[in-house]
Amino acid sequence: MSTGTIKKVAGPLVIATGMRDANMFDVVRVSRQRLIGEIIEMHGDEASIQVYEETSGLGPGEPVESMEVPLSVELGPGLIGSIYDGIQRPLSGIMEKTGSNNLSRGVEVEALDRNAKWNFVPTVKKGDEVEAGDIIGTVQETPVVVQKIMVPFGIAGKVKEIRKGSFTVEDTVCVVETAKGEEKLTLMQRWPVRRGRPYKEKIPPRKPLITGQRVVDAFFPIAKGGVAAIPGPFGSGKTVTQHQLAKWSEADIVVYIGCGERGNEMTDVLNEFPELKDPKTGESLMKRTILIANTSDMPVAAREASIYTGITLAEYFRDMGYSVALMADSTSRWAEALREMSGRLEEMPGEEGYPAYLGSRLAQFYERAGQVISLGKEGRIGQLSAIGAVSPPGGDISEPVSQATLRIVKVFWGLDADLAHQRHFPAINWLTSYSLYLDSIGPWFNENVAPDWMNLRQKLMSLLQDEASLNEIVKMVGMDALSPQDRLKMEAARSIREDFLHQNSFDEIDTYTSLQKQYNMMSLVFAFYDQGARALAQGARIGDLVKMEVRERIGRYKYTPESDIAAEFRKINEELVMEISDLVGREDR
Amino acid sequence: MPREYRTIQEVAGPLMLVKSVENVKYDELGEIELADGSVRRCKVLEIDGSNALVQLYEASTGINLKSSKVRFLGRSLELGVSEDMLGRVFNGMGRTIDNGPDILPDERRDINGLAMNPAARAYPSEFIQTGVSAIDGLNTLVRGQKLPIFSASGLPHANLAAQIARQAKVVGTQEPFAVVFAAMGITFEESNFFVESFRETGAIDRTVLFINLANDPAVERIATPRMALTAAEYLAFEKDMHVLVILTDITNYADALREVSAARKEVPGRRGYPGYMYTDLASMYERAGRQRGKKGSITMIPILTMPEDDITHPIPDLTGYITEGQIILSRELYRKGVMPPIDVLPSLSRLKDKGIGVGKTREDHAATMNQLFAAYSRGKDAKELMVILGEAALSDIDLIYAKFADAFEEKYISQGYFTDRSIQETLDIGWELLRILPRSELKRINDKMLDKYYEK
Repeated sequence: MSTGTIKKVAGPLVIATGMRDANMFDVVRVSRQRLIGEIIEMHGDEASIQVYEETSGLGPGEPVESMEVPLSVELGPGLIGSIYDGIQRPLSGIMEKTGSNNLSRGVEVEALDRNAKWNFVPTVKKGDEVEAGDIIGTVQETPVVVQKIMVPFGIAGKVKEIRKGSFTVEDTVCVVETAKGEEKLTLMQRWPVRRGRPYKEKIPPRKPLITGQRVVDAFFPIAKGGVAAIPGPFGSGKTVTQHQLAKWSEADIVVYIGCGERGNEMTDVLNEFPELKDPKTGESLMKRTILIANTSDMPVAAREASIYTGITLAEYFRDMGYSVALMADSTSRWAEALREMSGRLEEMPGEEGYPAYLGSRLAQFYERAGQVISLGKEGRIGQLSAIGAVSPPGGDISEPVSQATLRIVKVFWGLDADLAHQRHFPAINWLTSYSLYLDSIGPWFNENVAPDWMNLRQKLMSLLQDEASLNEIVKMVGMDALSPQDRLKMEAARSIREDFLHQNSFDEIDTYTSLQKQYNMMSLVFAFYDQGARALAQGARIGDLVKMEVRERIGRYKYTPESDIAAEFRKINEELVMEISDLVGREDR
Repeated sequence: MPREYRTIQEVAGPLMLVKSVENVKYDELGEIELADGSVRRCKVLEIDGSNALVQLYEASTGINLKSSKVRFLGRSLELGVSEDMLGRVFNGMGRTIDNGPDILPDERRDINGLAMNPAARAYPSEFIQTGVSAIDGLNTLVRGQKLPIFSASGLPHANLAAQIARQAKVVGTQEPFAVVFAAMGITFEESNFFVESFRETGAIDRTVLFINLANDPAVERIATPRMALTAAEYLAFEKDMHVLVILTDITNYADALREVSAARKEVPGRRGYPGYMYTDLASMYERAGRQRGKKGSITMIPILTMPEDDITHPIPDLTGYITEGQIILSRELYRKGVMPPIDVLPSLSRLKDKGIGVGKTREDHAATMNQLFAAYSRGKDAKELMVILGEAALSDIDLIYAKFADAFEEKYISQGYFTDRSIQETLDIGWELLRILPRSELKRINDKMLDKYYEK
């Protein structure tokens, strides 16, 4: 183990001499307080270290010790339901250990509880041949998550011994006879965060990640294994949208990274998730969620590490064959942490002071998402979907972080301050947003929900597009100058916005909408336009069409409980037909 | 006795380089003793071998490279705190300036504090009644929230802040409260306005004031808000008080931060402000909140003036990303004589949903709030159209909306700085206004509530 001496301290950057034997990206312990740091640059004898804790009180002459391992996380039973900081220290564990509500330095708490016992059920027998990625047994971690214990990377051989029963994460549960000797396997393994976990093969995503959010599922869907970005100015609902996705996404595991954001937002998640029920399993949402919280007042270097910590945990569950959804809020704060370290290292800045490698780092992160066939004989298929919030200064997405992100992601949910001011939530702008997965996952909707799903979606989108152009005219000459057909279009578009796209995340029923209900809603708002247009042609008056009573019922359909949607849908349709024929009839008389 | 150095090598702006130091730590507090015996304070920004780069907290006037002495105190900047601070006035560095006796501290605390463990936070959910309809009804403040006022030069943010400090209460409780007020680079008159306002209501005995005026050294402002927050944390989490912290003006603070950054020749971020300004502001704002197992709370109202009324300027922009909403003042409403001129549409309170509703305010609060927002927004659009095309171009319903928007500004938002409305009054005024609109337009309110309140 090589030991050096501090030479310089400037904020989170420490330079130490006598570090010739250390490796790049080794974890180091800095000063007598043993603060955790990571080597990010080497110049001869000198190592530049980013320290993951507050450095005040550190000075030249204090020791620096290299641990000779890269920054790693612990993977095993006990992850689900935990809240960790950026370098996987359990925040509730720190609270217990220090007995304080504040974060003091140099606290060492294991990421996985060493005393907890887990019931291990082996799935291999003595004498079986196993290789990296093969499952040797399972642990029922929570009522909804079965953790599959996998043979760590780099180990292959014959099972010499396999145990059954209750074990801690450090107990040996299996001994494998490899070519290089015996390997003892425990429930826990480690993996360096900056390296993606290996897999056999990557395959393109083909299925949608259903989120229960109408503007997302119907208009701009994301694939299981896809990547999406939500940029938007403050107050436009980035965090609420991220929370909604974390709550209702049809994923087996959710990893939520609060990266440089508000402390109260993490508290909100901690309070709310255990109370909410997963619509699929009926169990508490916390039973499938892992939180990483490195809030804005916590050390900036650990913020940089937090997204790697999060995605490594996500990959681990992906390798078990699960569909994992990862939310990072916000990647801009991560980029700022990168910028701060880059500035301290006196690197030549790129755009707006960000380092020149910003784009490539972002790309490397997002590329760890995807649908893969895992290692091992089974060839499990797992998906890792990544959704990153971006906080562009002033809401202007021409800035470097937004632009670098847009080059990578395939779904763009552009949040709009004007919509937010009108309290239209989610404030996702339907004209600027896009999803490049439509071609690959669109057919899935047609096959599994309704044959004309994509068709209907396209019709609604065109109406919204027409509304935008008509609005230009209305601004110049007023509503009266529009033809009755165009007035109807405007009314229909308003109905799409208010009755379909607007979704109240605080309403018990409206917060989640099944695909069938989404389809019914789209059909209803379109039926108004379709039948209205025909009625106009047959002589009905636009004024009467706009005032139809059934429209209020269409508007309230979003509050219909899932159990009644079919009956209510039928009734509204009947009423619509009746009212329209009434109007047409009136003209005949 | 700490060692003294006479090795000041450079003084430039707020920075100073001291050579051949030993055993000096990062972020350590230092004292500079001038030839005349006066003492200035500074802190270590960077320590490289035996060179210490320090940042002055006070003016550099009179520092002499040869005769001035520097000593390092082995601790960071601390504030002595005690309950006796209530009713006292301090300067920006935490020294008493009201001719009273010195404070005998119960304990000394590092002004930077320690980050709150996110797992230890309790979610703010207690409704604070400020008596201002635009806040209580539409952008509700809760205990432990940080809700800034985005103002601009010439707008009456001081009146609004003073009104909130005067009227804020949690209905039905008698828990001890305190106000901590930090002035950063504001004028004597503005500062005096607050002091007088606290004095008139008798709140001055429950107030701790930290005053750094426009003619005080700019670098001192970097410490001022941290002093105030240290006092607030002590009162809230040791003495179980509900503390309201008013910080004014954050714009002056950020400019001081920029000055130090520029002197260090750091790569600037937007508009010359340092790249770490987000983190720096967060380290102050995030000190607001509630903690599990503690009775007290810190509610924070930072005030900032938006340069050129520009909300995308880095100071309001970064603040908005950290704080839990914002109250925005509008020049247009101010010109119309609306008092307080709160622009409710872009204003926001992120924590309102947990603080309103049955048992907190009233069952109809959330629904009427959404409806008022939507209706006012549509009314304003209609009025805009009216300006371009004339009244004739508006449909009947849009005309009603336009009328609603006017009535809303006049009756709901405009109430003066001395009217203290209860939440029931605010909600009732809301219904009175909603009755201008036909019932079928109120899509965001369910039938049950419409039957109960609309038909009244």
